Amino acid sequence: MNDGHSSSPLGAEGANSPTRTVRYSNTKATLALAKASFRSIMRSPSAVVFTLAFPLIFILVFGFLGNGGTRIDVGITPGSDINNPVVSMLGKTGMIRLVKDKSKEEFDKLLEKGNVDAMVDVHRKVNTAAYSVNVVYTSASRDKGGILKSVLNNLFYDKTLKPTVAEIKESTVTGREYKTIDFILPGQLGFSLLSTGVFGTAFVFLSLRQTLVIKRFFATPVKRSSIVIGEGIARIGFALIGALFIILIGHFFFSFTLVHGVVTVINMLLLATMGIIVFMGFGFIISGIAKSESMVPPISNIVTLPQFLLSGTFFSIEAFPTWLQPISRALPLTYLNDAMRKVAFEGMGLWDVKFQIMILLIWGIVIYAVAVKVFKWE
Amino acid sequence: MEINKAIISVKNLVKKYDDFIAVQDLSFEVYENEIFGLLGPNGAGKTTTLEIIETLRDKTSGEIIVDGLSVDKHANAIKQIIGVQLQAAGYYPNLNLIELIELFAGLYGADIKPMEMLEKVNLQDKAKAKYKALSGGQKQRFSIATTLINQPKIIFLDEPTTGLDPQARRNLWDLIVQIRDAGTTVVITTHYMDEAEQLCDRVAFVERGKIIAIDTPDNLIDQLVNSGFERKKEVKKANLEDVFINLTGKEWRE
Repeated sequence: MNDGHSSSPLGAEGANSPTRTVRYSNTKATLALAKASFRSIMRSPSAVVFTLAFPLIFILVFGFLGNGGTRIDVGITPGSDINNPVVSMLGKTGMIRLVKDKSKEEFDKLLEKGNVDAMVDVHRKVNTAAYSVNVVYTSASRDKGGILKSVLNNLFYDKTLKPTVAEIKESTVTGREYKTIDFILPGQLGFSLLSTGVFGTAFVFLSLRQTLVIKRFFATPVKRSSIVIGEGIARIGFALIGALFIILIGHFFFSFTLVHGVVTVINMLLLATMGIIVFMGFGFIISGIAKSESMVPPISNIVTLPQFLLSGTFFSIEAFPTWLQPISRALPLTYLNDAMRKVAFEGMGLWDVKFQIMILLIWGIVIYAVAVKVFKWE
Repeated sequence: MEINKAIISVKNLVKKYDDFIAVQDLSFEVYENEIFGLLGPNGAGKTTTLEIIETLRDKTSGEIIVDGLSVDKHANAIKQIIGVQLQAAGYYPNLNLIELIELFAGLYGADIKPMEMLEKVNLQDKAKAKYKALSGGQKQRFSIATTLINQPKIIFLDEPTTGLDPQARRNLWDLIVQIRDAGTTVVITTHYMDEAEQLCDRVAFVERGKIIAIDTPDNLIDQLVNSGFERKKEVKKANLEDVFINLTGKEWRE
């Protein structure tokens, strides 16, 4: 290493040529940044753990655990007698949630998807004090239907009720089977996008700023927009690869339902792109307000934890107490999860989830308006 | 360098922060193809001045022309013809040297072969290493390699030898002289006067945001001697650093 005197000319070959004809390309600079950032993310253990390992672990755990804490949604058929002892007894079991005030068509759809586990139709028999109970189960929710069946049987052998009930008619409609994985996977996908968007973006921009990497960039002709867009491309690319990986593992190992196959996957990835862009906005804000790297996790958790818990990642938000539900319905992840489930399991197109997309869009506008104000370059 | 053509001209530069004047009425010129040293104590305004010339910082007032381009109007054109090494700047995390050079090539829009750039600073053996894993001297040489990617007319080096051992320092001097000899103007700041004396064609002393002396090192020393200055201790023909180099050899270890 003592050969400091290499004879190669240093640096100035171009200095003597009077004109530099090569035009500066912002695209080239942006792509160079995207490539560098993508390589860096792929080698960062925390990014890989948060985006892939955590969601996969949760999917494994819930995929094998199956259903805990059962709650059964029972629809009351329109036109059914409501003020009767059968219905009021069902309501008192605590396990059953009665769904009323929906049309026949709505109920049929819900039943087919397994959003309602069964329908009950109660009528007073003509000329007697007894009631006729007509129960319709759905194959989309066989296990819950089974539970309901035993609940009903218990009820009807109850002494107070027995004399008033004459008969129970039962039948089953066929629907698509709705598995735990169909609920859990979209939620985990949302969580993966949220954490990589928020934590990843916040850490990268804070550390690039603090280690003066960005300052060194500013000594080159690169534009600020190229830096943000280059980082964005890398982050979105990484998140989508992660999302695809999670979807494929879910589909092939846990039979995650993809109604229209590849089209459904593409729709999910489009939704994922919208989600990650919104979540990156939180990351930009946090990188601006955090004074040091140690402040990133607590602030990021303030953003991610409530969404993690309240946005229907693990439990349907309908299971939450009513006072909590408005909070859930204000969070962007709720709508991403909702749209994902509708697209994946119900086979809806993006136009069908336009309401959810619109809410995400509104969040995006608000978040980026704040980000532009608080983001710091130096 | 008989005809001294100015490639950088700074006129009446002032930089004020809220309650503090970092640079006041500073003027100097850097000639084409010289190694120009900005010397002075910490906080004298050296780095601020450099960063204003590098278009990284706004000035309060004054005029700066870099190779015929004004920092006010042509900041982007200036960025294309200069190379900048910042004090204590880091590099993109998790990338190796080749990948970092590729990144900068993209940022400068330069079409270069990364390995050739590393060869210029004798780092070809470290091509797959991460920046963090380099020794102090290697880090500085890598930083200098990134300043050469766009084949600049001028490079700025802010305290490149701080914290290096005598061998690494000498190795870097050789590199800087080679860059100058290849036709690039070098602007450097340093706290080591022996370094400035050996390396710089001209130096400027900055104190409290003002230039208090500017000339060749030789002339400045002669002026001082002519004014009747004498060192307290008689100067020997060698100093302790010569002893160090003599004992440990010129060969640079890393």
